[in-house]
Amino acid sequence: MTELLQFVFSGLTVGAVYALVALGFSIIYNASHVINFAQGEFVMIGGMTTVSLMSLGLPMPAAIALAILVGVAVGLALEKFAVEPARNASVTALIIITIGASITLRGLAQIVWDKNAHPMPPFSGDEPIVIAGATILPQSLWVLGAALVIVVALRWFFNGTLLGKAMQAVAVNRTAARLVGIPVQSMLLLSFGLSAMLGAAAGILIAPITLTAYDVGIMIGLKGFAAAILGGLGNGAGAVAGGLLLGVAEALGAGYISSAYKDAIAFVAILLVLFFMPRGLFGAGSAERV
Amino acid sequence: MRKFLLLAGASFALALGAGAAGAAEPPIKIGAFLSATGAAAFLGDPELKTLEMYVEEINKSGGVIGRKLELVAYDDGGDAEKARTFAKRLIEQDQVDVIVGGTTTGTTMAVVPLVEQARVPLVSLAGAVVIIEPVKKWVFKTPHTDRMACEKIFTDMKARGFTKIGMISGSGGFDKSMRQECLGVAKNFGITIAADETYGASDTDMTAQLTKIRNAQVQAVVNPGFGQGPAIVTKNYRQLGMTMPLYQSHGVASKQFIELAGAAAEGVRLPAAALLVAELLPDSDKQKPVVVGYKKAYEARYKTEVSTFGGHAYDGLFIVVDALKRAKTTDKEKLRTAIEETKGYIGTAGVVNMSAKDHMGLDLTAFRMLEIKNGDWTLVQ
Repeated sequence: MTELLQFVFSGLTVGAVYALVALGFSIIYNASHVINFAQGEFVMIGGMTTVSLMSLGLPMPAAIALAILVGVAVGLALEKFAVEPARNASVTALIIITIGASITLRGLAQIVWDKNAHPMPPFSGDEPIVIAGATILPQSLWVLGAALVIVVALRWFFNGTLLGKAMQAVAVNRTAARLVGIPVQSMLLLSFGLSAMLGAAAGILIAPITLTAYDVGIMIGLKGFAAAILGGLGNGAGAVAGGLLLGVAEALGAGYISSAYKDAIAFVAILLVLFFMPRGLFGAGSAERV
Repeated sequence: MRKFLLLAGASFALALGAGAAGAAEPPIKIGAFLSATGAAAFLGDPELKTLEMYVEEINKSGGVIGRKLELVAYDDGGDAEKARTFAKRLIEQDQVDVIVGGTTTGTTMAVVPLVEQARVPLVSLAGAVVIIEPVKKWVFKTPHTDRMACEKIFTDMKARGFTKIGMISGSGGFDKSMRQECLGVAKNFGITIAADETYGASDTDMTAQLTKIRNAQVQAVVNPGFGQGPAIVTKNYRQLGMTMPLYQSHGVASKQFIELAGAAAEGVRLPAAALLVAELLPDSDKQKPVVVGYKKAYEARYKTEVSTFGGHAYDGLFIVVDALKRAKTTDKEKLRTAIEETKGYIGTAGVVNMSAKDHMGLDLTAFRMLEIKNGDWTLVQ
């Protein structure tokens, strides 16, 4: 029982990060039908920027705030200088552009910083908390709490503000949204900024537990993508559920089956979902719009 | 016709050039293929810097057997295919007298058939035991093997009375090879491995694996690993409140590990080369002057902390220099024999005594057992 609880704790922590990354995928997908494979790099930029700002002597809260701003700036720049100039290209071409962008960002990170892993101090204390025999780090609580706050805030943003509703309108029908006067291009820009913010936040939250390095984005990005597919691409609640589910499945798999196949679990999950439920576990059952 | 004349002229000039150089004793050519960039750059970069520094220094003091040294170094970026191409170039175009290199086991093994065929001595700087086992006539190596690291760890465990241990290893080349070696030699020390877990190269959470190990009721845990994985294992280990001793491998014997694992690293033991604790060695230690000398010279010139990997290159170069002095020639067959007859050479990795059966020549005394205390290394007596 203790064992199960321990696996669930580690699974939820990692899963919350996958969920944030998956949300990033979904937001951009909704706005543009593009799958932004540079999503993982936002995670890296968040973590690495915070670490380097802190090493320059900035207090942690300031470093975190600045790092998120840097992440957002990179996200906006990515849309403005790489995606927007090719706006008339096919979705496939845009996806390839994001892959190129991710390789470029990773390369730049190697030059700006280095190839080493870096530690980040936890937000509050290193002393594990014992719950029914299983342990959880205070940082894991931060991850779960912050993820919850972000998800609630996003929900409010999309359903409660005009801007959020406008973004949703673009997701539902681009042409109609343009006809009612929504600046589609700006919404696209905003979606990249928002995704980058989520990615950077995820990267900062998890770094004290997992360390950060120029290449952390690859695996987290892929897992986030798997989570987004699992929950149904473009489905916000699905992305969150998919992330948590994937995290827990991985931890249980590593604990009860074999740790050698931990990563395989995520990718087998994508395959199964694509085979049997192409719209994801929580995707709408409706037919393709024509 | 005109083309022919040009060619003839060119070859004449070449012949002249060669003749002129021959008059003033041509330099001894030391070839090197190292992974100075790419994933293994943290190994290859200090190796290249070390070779450059000492070749320069040796030349300043008159060279070896009255001839200057010339370093011909290529960067293979950690790619075995490139390593092969560069080794071919070293042998055929540059016509080097001896090769130092192979930063990784992969690049070394790609080149082994080439040097065996071309009959050029190769001193590898890579770790795995396959390089020298079975013995290859022209191939030598300087670093300790992963098997020795296992033996050193198990010796320490045996002394502390542990017989039932857990193992958690990464899935990289180094990790896998060391895991295999540890599994192989454990029974020689009366140790059973009750739990054998692995983690992926970019895994960020090993609590699940560690929980399984904890449930196996082991007395100690060893983590054959490389890179950032061991730091995460160490952090997770403390998070789970596991109190049995944790052993890391020589793969993380650098200050960076302590930095990454932070307070969790406290009490971790690991085998490492003497170079890492140069200043801590007692004055009676034969290796002390060598390792302190190398450390000071390297750090003064490059302003970065010395690493054991650069030490491997130091040993590689000076084993060759030592052999050249004894052979008094660059004749490849004689030089090879001289390298094989290396006895009592004191390097950064330990005291080297090679033989026809042992092309590495190190024993377990080469490793020191260290324990991390107050964020720094201490020698375990």
